[in-house]
Amino acid sequence: MIRLQNIRKVFNAGQPNEFVAIEGVNLSIDAHVATALKGPSGSGKTTLLSLLGCMARPTSGRITLKEREITSLPERFLTEIRRETFGMIFQQFNLIKGLTALENVMLPAYPRGERHASLKRRAMGLLELLNLAGKASARVEWLSGGEAQRTAIARALINNPAILIADEPTAHLDTALSREFMEIMRQLKNDGKTILIASHDPVVYASDVIDRIVEIRDGRIVSPGDGA
Amino acid sequence: MMGALEKQRHILDFTLSSLGRRKGKNIALAIVYTFVIFLLASVLFLSDALKQEAGLILQEAPEMVVQRLVAGRQDLIPTRYVEAIKAISGVQSVEPRLWGYYNDPFSGANYTLLVNPELNNHPGAIIIGSGVSRRSEPGKPQQSLRKNDHIPFKTSGGEVLTLQVKGLFPSASELVTADLIVISEPDFRTLFALPAGQATDLVLKVRNTKELATIAAKIAQIHPDSRPILRDDMLRTYAAVFDWRGGVILMVLSCVFFAFIILAWDKATGLSAEEKREIAILKAIGWETSDILLMKFWEGAAVSLTAFFIGIFLAYLHVFLASSPLFTPVLKGWSVLYPQFRLTPHIHVYQIAVLFFLTVIPYTVVTIVPSWRSATIDPDAGMRM
Amino acid sequence: MTLQRKSDIFFCSLLIGALLICLMFADAAVSQRLDRKWIEERRAIVRVLALTDLCLTTEARYTRHPSMADLHTPFQDHPLSLDHFPSGALMLPPPHLQPQDGGE
Repeated sequence: MIRLQNIRKVFNAGQPNEFVAIEGVNLSIDAHVATALKGPSGSGKTTLLSLLGCMARPTSGRITLKEREITSLPERFLTEIRRETFGMIFQQFNLIKGLTALENVMLPAYPRGERHASLKRRAMGLLELLNLAGKASARVEWLSGGEAQRTAIARALINNPAILIADEPTAHLDTALSREFMEIMRQLKNDGKTILIASHDPVVYASDVIDRIVEIRDGRIVSPGDGA
Repeated sequence: MMGALEKQRHILDFTLSSLGRRKGKNIALAIVYTFVIFLLASVLFLSDALKQEAGLILQEAPEMVVQRLVAGRQDLIPTRYVEAIKAISGVQSVEPRLWGYYNDPFSGANYTLLVNPELNNHPGAIIIGSGVSRRSEPGKPQQSLRKNDHIPFKTSGGEVLTLQVKGLFPSASELVTADLIVISEPDFRTLFALPAGQATDLVLKVRNTKELATIAAKIAQIHPDSRPILRDDMLRTYAAVFDWRGGVILMVLSCVFFAFIILAWDKATGLSAEEKREIAILKAIGWETSDILLMKFWEGAAVSLTAFFIGIFLAYLHVFLASSPLFTPVLKGWSVLYPQFRLTPHIHVYQIAVLFFLTVIPYTVVTIVPSWRSATIDPDAGMRM
Repeated sequence: MTLQRKSDIFFCSLLIGALLICLMFADAAVSQRLDRKWIEERRAIVRVLALTDLCLTTEARYTRHPSMADLHTPFQDHPLSLDHFPSGALMLPPPHLQPQDGGE
């Protein structure tokens, strides 16, 4: 599905604070599989995730998505591909305050110019799926931790992406909610989605939902899981 | 096409929600903005309408008025000047005109006294304008002088001359007659001790208006102390009075402009951390740079357009229905007598367009430009927050 | 949700705003037609009485009759004395008094 070849990512190149985040990474992510990126903070997990999610460009190397090279695509095309293919779940959820849960869920689809009625219907469907129908018109500041988490998941799903990316999704959750999160991931994997989670939480990477663990340390892959 | 429209509506939905989050601040902003446009539009409407009115009415003004200057100041003109001027070819008629100012010691108002030959057979009679009939003495209730009422005048000799109101100018003519008192020649000369053979100025009628300049030149030659004033000069005077480049109009515009700058300052100095964070999130979830800029555009446009329509409409009501109560103190100055008139609306698409370009466009630009930098950040910045 | 879409409300308001502006123009056109006879009346008065100025302010001679004024009237106390009538700030000297091509 996604293939990284000889990826190197350097920040602040040529400046005194030059920093090599990723070095010599070769990685292949398969479809319909749940992969976990495991490693300590500062290991380059987030950078690797953003490269896999087509949110950043590598300093050198090639990235292929579904057999199509995307490394040097212009921003416009890249953004469109990213919007269609990936759903993002952030560590801090990053919901927009002051808006309702429903509005937050619909947000990623706004630039597509889809008809409002059908978009709203789809968003409500997702909220129902995640037992949030009653909170649809509640402002996100008023949601509990678990409700916010599920709203973030619903938002990631609005464009019906093939791949779900989550960066430390359980960092601010207790064990019960973390387990709940993994159950939702299981459901989504069964629905055919590809899952990619970066986490140093054992509840995540040790879960039986995860098919493959990729270990990363100091910007290099130390353990590619099974097969490269 | 449909997709493009839907996209605009979606982004507008978000923008309006976004504005609604800081409701108090944005409402205050909109009110101030509306007030700025209201002032600007009011000034524009008032000056343009008065300019139109002046242009229409003063087309009937005398073709030429001849004054006499002594030591740089206007002085009385001898009526014998009429003969030489009448002899100039092209001149149809020359009439001496008697007019002057009278300060009413009781009310403190300044009246314009004008002689009309029709009243010469009715000594002691005057016709007054509506402003005069609203005469009020301090400490006493305002009068409403009517026909057959008497007004005492103090002559330059110190005596009292009582004149009787024989007619009133209609209130609809206040713009030209508010302070006018039409009087007979004998009374005028008595009041001001003006000797026979002197007049205030001369009024000319010519056969061919194209020859006005030539005739004026000839008059200046015959009587070097005279100064002819052409009708065109009079019309241009009023066009200049209401020109936006003159006097208080420019001052008001400058004040408004500075108020506007202050308003836009908040926007122009860049985005708050909160706004930057939001843009980062939007980019991370799939919005492009152009979508972010579109949102900023709608943010500026939503406030601008609302303020624009409301401000202009209120300005119209202010100037044409309420007769500019906010400007009255400025226009009135220290006048005791002030004309009350309802102005005929003369508005033009050009005014609306000027206002639009002066306000809506700068404000919208000022909302978009500072966001440019933030709008172009990489999507992965949203992950690193 | 039974709430109207915010953008719909906004567009409606804009439409109403535009309609108000059109209403303004319509009112102006109607008023001009209705006021025609008053304008004619004022023109007649100006013609019969040989008037040269509008009565906008009765504060000072040179603002009551700006087209008849000369350059020195405002400075009657002293050549350098500033305008001491507020309406003098509104009205500049008329163009025919300003030094352009062969003026005073």
